[in-house]
Amino acid sequence: MAQLTCSDLTLGYEGQKILSHLSFSVNKGDYLCILGENGSGKTTLMKTILGLRKPMSGTISVGDGLSRTEIGYLPQQTSIQRDFPASVREIVISGFQSRLGFRPFYNKTEKKMAEQNMELMGISHLKKRCYRELSGGQQQRVLLARALCATQKMLLLDEPVAGLDPKVTEEMYELIARLNRERGITVMMISHDIEAAMQYATHILHIGKEIFFGTRTKYLQYVAEKRKEGKHGII
Amino acid sequence: MELFETLAYYFQFPAVRYALIVGVLVALCSSLLGVTLVLKRFSFIGDGLSHVAFGAMAVATLTGGILTQFKPVLDSTNNMIIIMPITIVAAVLLLRTGKNAKVKGDAAIAMISVGALALGYLLMNLSVFPKSSNISGDVCSTLFGSLSILTLTQTEVNICIAVSVVVIAVFILFYNKIFSVTFDEDFARATDSKAGAYNLLIAIIIAVIIVISMNLVGSLLISALIIFPALSAMRVLKSFKAVTICSACLSVFCATLGILVSILFSTPVGSTIVAVDIAAFGVFCLIGAVKGGSKA
Repeated sequence: MAQLTCSDLTLGYEGQKILSHLSFSVNKGDYLCILGENGSGKTTLMKTILGLRKPMSGTISVGDGLSRTEIGYLPQQTSIQRDFPASVREIVISGFQSRLGFRPFYNKTEKKMAEQNMELMGISHLKKRCYRELSGGQQQRVLLARALCATQKMLLLDEPVAGLDPKVTEEMYELIARLNRERGITVMMISHDIEAAMQYATHILHIGKEIFFGTRTKYLQYVAEKRKEGKHGII
Repeated sequence: MELFETLAYYFQFPAVRYALIVGVLVALCSSLLGVTLVLKRFSFIGDGLSHVAFGAMAVATLTGGILTQFKPVLDSTNNMIIIMPITIVAAVLLLRTGKNAKVKGDAAIAMISVGALALGYLLMNLSVFPKSSNISGDVCSTLFGSLSILTLTQTEVNICIAVSVVVIAVFILFYNKIFSVTFDEDFARATDSKAGAYNLLIAIIIAVIIVISMNLVGSLLISALIIFPALSAMRVLKSFKAVTICSACLSVFCATLGILVSILFSTPVGSTIVAVDIAAFGVFCLIGAVKGGSKA
């Protein structure tokens, strides 16, 4: 059974459709790249999957032991406030918020797991530092560590490398790929970077005027066919 | 020495002791959520809501005036029953609309604030006040809280203490959730289905704090109590916990100092506290600049 299934979704703002008849499913361990031009509805799709907004029609269902609040989310960097006074540790551990329930404070296990996640992201030495003083790449690692606290199963990443320099971008991709490979965490990533998508993804979802969903190899064939037909604008 | 004698003399009066207790509690409560409000870009919500509370007070006075006809109601505990729910509703509406609203945060606050102030003043003038002709005086003290803190009754002080204890307890118990919701609302809502409830909780606490604060500094100066300690602490400190604790301590210190100064030099209580807050902000800016940490 698929972890996440979207069937016949229609997305839009205030009565205006931007995307319709979208169906796809994601299985455990998949690495799905969501491609598409600006304004094609990538971020809207992501917010709908997270339950932050309602689809105009269609359904999103979860299965295979995944619950809707178990999706770790790495937002676009612009949506985080840059002048927020918070230490790295405070941010990482806030990923456990949903596990708290009516408990007011984090327990030892959660504190320990937060330490481990910081270790894994290579930011342990920064844990007392202020988030706003870190570099872009370091900030993304902090948010990724937080997302890992929120989930063991699925990560949703919204343009995780935007604004990072090539070397840091490469490190970030490797880190995400490692989580996918070694921990079996399902990855869904919005990206502009087709090259990286081809390198790491197992599946591609291309949204826009035409919707494509399938494995990476199928996508390559699809693009080649479109090229033959002379439709260069597809990617 | 003379100063202490004067202070000792004044502290013989229960009214002065009450004023100090209430002042410190209100300063503490309002500073707690200041950090959250400043970071959520809702610095002016204090101002907006206090105007709503002012409008609600006008409604309360009007209905009270009609009910008892020739006894203009100044019993603020009665008024509280009307003021509190209206302010809470306004706070919930303002904070709930958030990013997706047609009228954005700052504009919504401005609208509600100015509207409530105008309508409130209009109602005050319309209301049945055969004996009390000093409307502008009443309004002035509502806005600037010049006298009311020295005319508190035992009951009001008890209510204030009870509410403050509840607010502080709620804040401590929900501290981690308040942090998550403030830092990244989308993430909090995506990973926790109850995040909406926490936002509601924040709105309610804010409304309660503002209604309570009206007795101390009056509508116009509440914003100062909410934002100055938070902004000062943010100049120097770097973690959320440190900023929260520091702004709470700073706020209590400034309130105490302000009240003492206002007693000694018979200056208006509210304005004096704010003046002290401004001075503290200046000092913290300097410290921040010297440390070179924050982008001052």
